[in-house]
Amino acid sequence: MILTTPFHERVAALNRTGLWEHWSNHLAARRYQLSDKAEYFAVRDSAGIFDTSPLFKYRISGPDAERFLAGMLARDVRACPVGQAQYTCWLDDRGFLVEDGVVLHTAPDEYLLASAEPNLAWFADRAGRLDVRLEDESDALGVLAFQGPRSRELLARLVPAVADIPPFGVTAGEIAGAAVTVSRTGFTGDLGYEVWVPADDALPVWDALWESVRGYGVQPFGLDALHMLRIEAGLLLLDVDFTSSRYAWNDAHRSTPVELGWEWMFADLAAEDRAFIGRRALERELEERTSRWTMRGLVVDWHDYERVYDEAGLLPPRDHTPVLEDWMVYKDGDRVGYATSFMYSPVLQRHIAIARVRPDLAEPGTDVKLEFTVNHRYEQVAAHVARLPLFNPERRKAR
Amino acid sequence: MTSDATTPAGPAPASADRTYDAIVVGGGHNGLVNGAYLAKAGLRTLILERRPLVGGAAITEELRPGFWFTTFSYALSLLRPQIVQDLDLVEHGFFPLLMSSTFAPGEDGEYLWLTKDHDQNVREIARHSRHDADAYTQYSHDLDVVCRALKPLLDEAPPDLFSDDPEERLALARLAQRFRGMDRRTLHDTVRLLTGSAADFLDDYFESELLKGYLASTSIIGSKVGPRSQGSGLVLLYHSLGEHDGEFGSWAFHKGGNGGFTQVLARAARAFGAEIRLEAPVQAVLSRDGRVTGVALDDGTEFRAPVVVSSLDPRRTFLELVDPRELPDDLVENVRRLRFQGTSSKVNFALDGLPEFPSLPGRDDVFRGFTNIGPGMDYLEHAFDDAKYGRFSARPYIDGAIQSTIDPDMAPPGKHVMSCFIQYTPYELRESDWETERQNLGDTVQKTLESFFPGFGDLVLQREVVTPLDIERTTGLSEGNIFAGEFLAPQMYFFRPAPGWSQYRTPLEGYYQCGSGTHPGGCVMGAPGMLAARRILADRSGAGAR
Ligand SMILES: Cc1cc2nc3c(=O)[nH]c(=O)nc-3n(C[C@H](O)[C@H](O)[C@H](O)COP(=O)(O)OP(=O)(O)OC[C@H]3O[C@@H](n4cnc5c(N)ncnc54)[C@H](O)[C@@H]3O)c2cc1C
Repeated sequence: MILTTPFHERVAALNRTGLWEHWSNHLAARRYQLSDKAEYFAVRDSAGIFDTSPLFKYRISGPDAERFLAGMLARDVRACPVGQAQYTCWLDDRGFLVEDGVVLHTAPDEYLLASAEPNLAWFADRAGRLDVRLEDESDALGVLAFQGPRSRELLARLVPAVADIPPFGVTAGEIAGAAVTVSRTGFTGDLGYEVWVPADDALPVWDALWESVRGYGVQPFGLDALHMLRIEAGLLLLDVDFTSSRYAWNDAHRSTPVELGWEWMFADLAAEDRAFIGRRALERELEERTSRWTMRGLVVDWHDYERVYDEAGLLPPRDHTPVLEDWMVYKDGDRVGYATSFMYSPVLQRHIAIARVRPDLAEPGTDVKLEFTVNHRYEQVAAHVARLPLFNPERRKAR
Repeated sequence: MTSDATTPAGPAPASADRTYDAIVVGGGHNGLVNGAYLAKAGLRTLILERRPLVGGAAITEELRPGFWFTTFSYALSLLRPQIVQDLDLVEHGFFPLLMSSTFAPGEDGEYLWLTKDHDQNVREIARHSRHDADAYTQYSHDLDVVCRALKPLLDEAPPDLFSDDPEERLALARLAQRFRGMDRRTLHDTVRLLTGSAADFLDDYFESELLKGYLASTSIIGSKVGPRSQGSGLVLLYHSLGEHDGEFGSWAFHKGGNGGFTQVLARAARAFGAEIRLEAPVQAVLSRDGRVTGVALDDGTEFRAPVVVSSLDPRRTFLELVDPRELPDDLVENVRRLRFQGTSSKVNFALDGLPEFPSLPGRDDVFRGFTNIGPGMDYLEHAFDDAKYGRFSARPYIDGAIQSTIDPDMAPPGKHVMSCFIQYTPYELRESDWETERQNLGDTVQKTLESFFPGFGDLVLQREVVTPLDIERTTGLSEGNIFAGEFLAPQMYFFRPAPGWSQYRTPLEGYYQCGSGTHPGGCVMGAPGMLAARRILADRSGAGAR
């Protein structure tokens, strides 16, 4: 049977479209109103609330919790003190990506790890003799993402500590008498927070938050708007922009973290001697520069896009609906990469894509061509390579 | 918003010798666009604005603490998308917010609520007429086809009909080619729209009065025509040529209102090196031997430049800033008989909460876009009848917009600002004057809104009435005509602002025009400013502008 999230009673009442998606066997709103774009704008201009409860959540605790995670996660979790969170990933022994996720350091000897797919066996089977406990908290916790420029000011009225936490900071708090954890994390590329709530307290917490933001232009947003937001933010999605190495059929479907643009996670690799799964392969890749791709943004040339459609006798579409398919990237007639997420960005007023390009063409500003189908024919449109994220407002990084 | 409007000019150092490559008179959006393009091309550019803030008819003002009013223009659609790209406006804060629906209440408790979802709209229209539900899709498509064909005309100067220059001949031939390339249906639709009435065009498709009233509303904006007047088709077509994120006829609210938009333009212009001087009213454009030499301000200060661009309307450009005796008679005569006849006003409200439509209790989401008070062709035509005889409409057409539902920063939490564009309010009242009628107009508008939204009056915290006279006095737009010259066929394209002068030049060498009185025309569109810059830069380099 398909499940509902702990907030379902409330989000269902707000969902005026009756459109739901099936997300990890939970009902998740696609959109609450007829315009997903209106929800998107609420997040970019005020704030939006997204029920992200269907994520898998694991509590990892015990005296060896840190040691355990340090060996499992590719990014050094030892650099993540209590009260901090990290965007991280884990690899297989060939250095290919298993998955990415966010880890919250909630207390000494205690972490909370969130991921899109089940990972309990992957972690549990590698615990060995370490004194560590792994609990699946997926159903025990509801999670609300509260994202957008007004999120800090509004959430701080309920949890004052929120006003002071830096990006990826974590704090404990209380909403409607319930103990919650708030992290400054999210999947929108905007200023924003995630509120981790015991499932039993979900409704009162929702009510308190919802009541407190009335009149501030805050709206609930669904998966359609989330897709738009995350593409602008350059945030990669499992099974769209990459595949887990565990389930890939061949290496063309596998990616290394460096190929995905996460080299920054390993800036201190040389200075630390931690053994973790995939380390040797990663070091080799970095040393020998064997990465096949570099993850980049593409920005489509506005004038060329107009021209191609105009010459075909068509109106140039500017549809914000993300297209999650492979689109080919060319340079001088050679195929040099492929885009995996494409959309028209209302905020940037351009068509943008998340794409892999050959590392030698990764320099921002490099001219390439992106292939479209126009009038049932392939057409190449000028685009340039840009660094991700394509949308990165000051407020997101502000302390 | 306007808060940083009075900050001193940006990075460009004030020219010590008061000499520039180009001076733009007027810091409305067209002056800013023009100045930005010129500065981008490397010209030392000075923009002179009479008022303490830039924006002209596109400003936002905090009339009550926390309440931001779009005093005049209030929504964005006609803006040429290429300007956003060319001037890097996104980097400077360009942020058009989506209006997710339009609400058109009827007089009998009925309503038409159109959203961004086509299928839903078809169903919504079917509640009024099943026939129209189907026709609506056809109408939208037919109009799109015409718009696609005409759109390029917005982004080019009209060819000069009266010139023997081979380049102009070629441009004319290309124009003819464009029309010959249209199929019969599209060409005929185009001509019907350009010359006929909106009512005739709409009657061919629809039977629902509510729907027709809503669609006909764009055919009267800013013009002294009713939907049944010949010529209203042109106004409808013009407004349909606007686009938002690629969708013809779609409108957006800019963050912080249209004043927020002109602040973005000012930042862009400064970033390219243009200097903007506020409270710098130009008294006269200076010339010698038929060549422009600079400008003089009211206080006598002079600035020199070989290029001076007026963004003011044609009356001021040709009859006030320069001595008309130095201009050819036919130009002076044509400018004198240009029709302005302002018929629009604004009434802006600060509200204590959102109004309620009795048939939709509790649905405050109807206000996330325009609220169109024009329930039927008769309603609009009756409103026009009053204007014919020199009175303002007893039951006016209202284009309302509670902008704070889209942009919550425009009002304190839970409170709102509502912009109401009003027609018809003739500039020349036959039996009274606008100082006398100001509050009567406000009352009439409020009463009209009350009849659709009972209890509306109780929500009003403050009201600002902006009459055609106020428009004229504040922005300088003659007779308060919002487009700097009416949208009448003999005042468009080849003939805007006058036959032979549609290419942004003037008879004075070095003196150019870039305001809404030039092609393509009014609205916050920027095309006049952009095309004039193209002309100026081409003339400087001695090349053609095409
Ligand atoms: C009430 C109203 C509502 C409207 N609503 C909309 C709308 O919603 N959407 C839309 O697209 N369009 C709308 N319009 C039309 C649109 O706003 C105008 O067509 C456009 O803003 C005109 O821009 P402009 O730069 O050509 O001229 P203006 O904006 O008139 O700019 C001229 C500038 O020159 C300055 N100036 C005048 N004389 C001098 C002098 N001697 N020296 C120096 N400076 C001087 C003025 O102060 C002004 O800033 C509306 C207009 C009005 C009046």
